[in-house]
Amino acid sequence: MEQKTLEVRNLTVCFRTEKGIIRPVNGVSLDVPAGSIVGIVGESGCGKSMTARAVMGLLRYPGKVTEGSVLLNGRDITNLTEKERRKLRGAEVSMIFQEPMTSLNPVVRVGKQVEEAIRLHTDCTKEEAKARTLEMFREVEIPEAETRYKCYPHQLSGGLRQRVLIAMAMICKPSLLIADEPTTALDVTVEAQILKLLEQLRDGGTSVLIISHDLGVIAKVCDYVYVMYAGRIVEEAETEVIFRRPAHPYTQGLFRSVASLREGGSTLETIPGVVPNLHRLPAGCSFSLRCGECDARCEQELPELKETEPGHKARCFRTGKEAAE
Amino acid sequence: MSEYLLETREITKEFPAAGKKTVHAVSGVSLQIREGETLGLVGESGCGKSTLGRLMIRTLKPTSGEVWYRRQNITAMKDKAFLLMRKEMQLIFQDPYASLDPRMTVRDLVAEPIETWKLCPNREAVTEKVKELLNAVGVPEEFLYRYPHQFSGGQRQRIGIARAIAAEPAFIVCDEPVSALDVSVQNQILNLLKELKISRKLTYLFISHDLSVVRYLADRVCIMFLGKICELGPTEEVYRHPKHPYTRFLLDAVPEPDPSLRGKEIRLLKGEPPSPADPPSGCSFRTRCPYATERCATEEPALREIGNVQAACHYAEGIQE
Repeated sequence: MEQKTLEVRNLTVCFRTEKGIIRPVNGVSLDVPAGSIVGIVGESGCGKSMTARAVMGLLRYPGKVTEGSVLLNGRDITNLTEKERRKLRGAEVSMIFQEPMTSLNPVVRVGKQVEEAIRLHTDCTKEEAKARTLEMFREVEIPEAETRYKCYPHQLSGGLRQRVLIAMAMICKPSLLIADEPTTALDVTVEAQILKLLEQLRDGGTSVLIISHDLGVIAKVCDYVYVMYAGRIVEEAETEVIFRRPAHPYTQGLFRSVASLREGGSTLETIPGVVPNLHRLPAGCSFSLRCGECDARCEQELPELKETEPGHKARCFRTGKEAAE
Repeated sequence: MSEYLLETREITKEFPAAGKKTVHAVSGVSLQIREGETLGLVGESGCGKSTLGRLMIRTLKPTSGEVWYRRQNITAMKDKAFLLMRKEMQLIFQDPYASLDPRMTVRDLVAEPIETWKLCPNREAVTEKVKELLNAVGVPEEFLYRYPHQFSGGQRQRIGIARAIAAEPAFIVCDEPVSALDVSVQNQILNLLKELKISRKLTYLFISHDLSVVRYLADRVCIMFLGKICELGPTEEVYRHPKHPYTRFLLDAVPEPDPSLRGKEIRLLKGEPPSPADPPSGCSFRTRCPYATERCATEEPALREIGNVQAACHYAEGIQE
């Protein structure tokens, strides 16, 4: 059996708000096999970042994991105390964020910030920590590592800051790196460099979970893809498969939107309407309000995530075997 | 040939920076926008594309150079005289969350330009006009008295567009109007912009870092690097046969939404982008360009005609495959 770095089972995150309880993450199960890049794709508010934060144990009040479990390298980390989690974060699982500037301390030299991670988790000396940091800077291809070590975050470009964050995340060689929109704030030429770096990390044995709204990024680096919509996974498959035969009407709509933009033509394909408010989710399929193929059953009943072909699942009544009948 | 609506002549904008340095945001850019066209302006962050857009509609004053609009030099105009021109040129912003006053209702937001220009005789007529504008941009009339926070990003952008077209301008600078939106909503807004352009005979300067969006919307495209134009020409020609090495790197770097292309080895740009406070001598792209020679360091390449496009590279012909 292949080894799994991360196993998320039926994860549910609840938020108690003035208008009632909402579930931004609703029964999400996903796997990140060792040495692979897995992607979660979806639009803003679909719960993809919240899933990542729940895995890291970084949910803020009033967010709470109410159901399900998270297994890291086979160990259940769902109910760890904050102290136990701190040992884990940075050492076994790390996370990088969209805007590298807000993740760095503006008044501490970047070298020191990276060193801090290693000194927290190992009892190495100052000199060793510095040597290790410089080595890591070179590994993530920061040019003139010695000079950059002494820089403050504002003296670096966006691409370099993201590399510093990756260095910080990787310095203790965690088995899993979670990257939440790692290239969204970067220019395309820099984005290409960072994506290449993530692939190199994968080839070095780190598993990566990428969260992105950009199908181009997903297509470029992911081995397996989960599509999220309104808190639930609506489709999952290997990247090649999902791009060739998207099964869920939402995935199809997303792909058509992107494709029509590239092909040109007089009017662009769109998905009508907007993402539903989590306070007012429809009773049945959450995509039913925007779906062109929706019928009475879709409005009443929530479809299961079912296989449409081996290794390809979708949450829709109208795909796979059932549709054929 | 169609008349130019707007023209910049050797326009330059410098900003003072720390340590007595000067940031050369836009350096000597001359370009023409024809009536009724959409000119795409593409480049990476810090290349001066937004500054150029703002110089064109005089929300920024150039350090040197001139902007001409309908054969009038608007740079030389007195503020008061220019105010009358302001109605002709509007701006659509990137962030629909930051560009609408949170304490104004939709009606007041859209009515503001109408009242400023006294386009309607009384309050009722203004409200009617606002309704008509909301209709044109696809915001339901019953939302007239709601506040911006009650809308989604896409709807807010529609309200921003209604404000921009309220004064019936001829020229609109769209500064990254869809970058903050999700894919499915982004296309709705692009369709709307295209539709409005035809029905209201608008001319757009469309600023974006997203190459596929620009390809869809723009008739001609201008690629900028470090405050200068490196390539300018009909969109399809530039995308299919890029002449400037930077354009090629830029087009190559866009991740294709097609996993079967993954094996394709793309050429990555090496090194860091140069700082606009300290641009390299000669060609500003030379420090990252694999084709650079001695000549590129000493002699700045002029923007010159190559076929039906203009490119600023000494070796534009030589590097084509």
